[in-house]
Amino acid sequence: MELAFVIEKFVLITVIFSLSLVVAMYSTLAERKIAAFLQDRVGPNRAGWGGMFQPIADGAKLFFKEEIIPTDSSRFLFIVGPSLAILTACIGSAVIPWGQPMLIAGREINLQVTDINVGILYVFGIVSLGVYGIMIGGWASNNKFSLMGAIRAASQNISYEIPMGLSLIALLLVTNTLSLKEITEQQHGWHWNVLYQPLGFILFLVCSFAETNRTPFDLPECETELVGGYHTEYSSMKMGFYLFAEYINMFISSAVMTVLYFGGYNYPGMDLVNNILGPTWGPLIGVAVMFIKIFMFIFFFMWVRWTVPRFRYDQLMNLGWKILIPLAIANIVITGVWLTYVVK
Amino acid sequence: MESLSNRKKVLEQKPMNFWERLYLPAIAQGMGITFRHMFKKKETVFYPEVEREFSENWRGMHSLKRDEQGRERCTACGLCALSCPAEAITMIAAERQKGEENLYREEKYAAVYEINMLRCIFCGLCEEACPKEAIYLDGPIVPADYLRKDFIYGKDKLVEEPLKAQ
Repeated sequence: MELAFVIEKFVLITVIFSLSLVVAMYSTLAERKIAAFLQDRVGPNRAGWGGMFQPIADGAKLFFKEEIIPTDSSRFLFIVGPSLAILTACIGSAVIPWGQPMLIAGREINLQVTDINVGILYVFGIVSLGVYGIMIGGWASNNKFSLMGAIRAASQNISYEIPMGLSLIALLLVTNTLSLKEITEQQHGWHWNVLYQPLGFILFLVCSFAETNRTPFDLPECETELVGGYHTEYSSMKMGFYLFAEYINMFISSAVMTVLYFGGYNYPGMDLVNNILGPTWGPLIGVAVMFIKIFMFIFFFMWVRWTVPRFRYDQLMNLGWKILIPLAIANIVITGVWLTYVVK
Repeated sequence: MESLSNRKKVLEQKPMNFWERLYLPAIAQGMGITFRHMFKKKETVFYPEVEREFSENWRGMHSLKRDEQGRERCTACGLCALSCPAEAITMIAAERQKGEENLYREEKYAAVYEINMLRCIFCGLCEEACPKEAIYLDGPIVPADYLRKDFIYGKDKLVEEPLKAQ
């Protein structure tokens, strides 16, 4: 392995890692601001201009809080829980293509940490691991509310992974590849997959709400029933890690939805822009477009949170097993028939 | 049971049709409503910089009034203390000495006058009981403090500022 390659990847990983942390940090502010705007309020505006330093103040507060580990808890697992949650949240971004290859000093640089040919399966594997952080944390707390939250998280994630995977199968029938890079390249210009898979996209969207434990599916931490859900016993930065992991997950799943259904870095008229700006600056516009799409999805997540009330637990299960799974299967059948008889 | 008032209305609950059972249109509608709220006027009052106006009959912190010549009106009759349902007011009366006519209007005055703001319920009965129009609850909100003893307000905090020499 040559040195330049190692440096390139190292820089890319550092940039993406810190970027996802910063995005998650400012998502907390964005969430509070959007919540405020939707409720005719102003939101945090004291720390810095318009509340710009609020996330830093929040982080500092969490760091300086007293850290309590309950005596009845399983100490090792209690610490493993949040660590696992944040770990799995952070490594999910490795296979996402952030832009077209960039030409810097005569060297073509891939704006993707690694292009493994089963990229989407990797993302799914990581997302499924994410629930272990919640489960272990809830179990180790030795508290009935935490345990209830953990059980709900586990069963919810398992239930919604099935329709998510099934809606993905229909997408894979269209794309014929698992590599996220190739999937993005196929959506050149305006050929976004959402135009070919509208139903699949809606199913995927609903499931990703459930996978990231966001309202209306935030039963694992629903404070009206379960105090704080799986993180009832947590305090200080361990609690911060759980909250942070949720926001990173939201960022990653927004990025995955962008890549799979909304064309990633592709936008109409991109060839023209690339010709004008050249191979160094052209892809940067694509990166910006990608991030705009991601931020739109993050805004959508928050918008839904302050609109739709929480589902009841049986309603959640009904929706998952009785509606989403049959719909996803029907979607596969329709896609199959369409591809076999109409497109050829 | 038969309705006696004739105002009873029986609402028929129809089963939801397909469009309603789809649930997504309802969500889209709701999201439209919340989105419109983003651009509405914010109701927030930026408190330390901007203060909300009190209403006309707002009862806040007490103040002991002076008359037109800047003399304390209170004559330490104790009616306010008697009328107080929360037993918040105490006072010690003193007789006016020669040469103090410019300080106290009546021949008797309150040497010590204390209101326990933790007991006070801001009912305004002291205001009503006062025959000399000496006490009014026309001040601001009583501020928070750390110690109980600091909530016992003496004359230093209650009596109005002396009149400016003209």
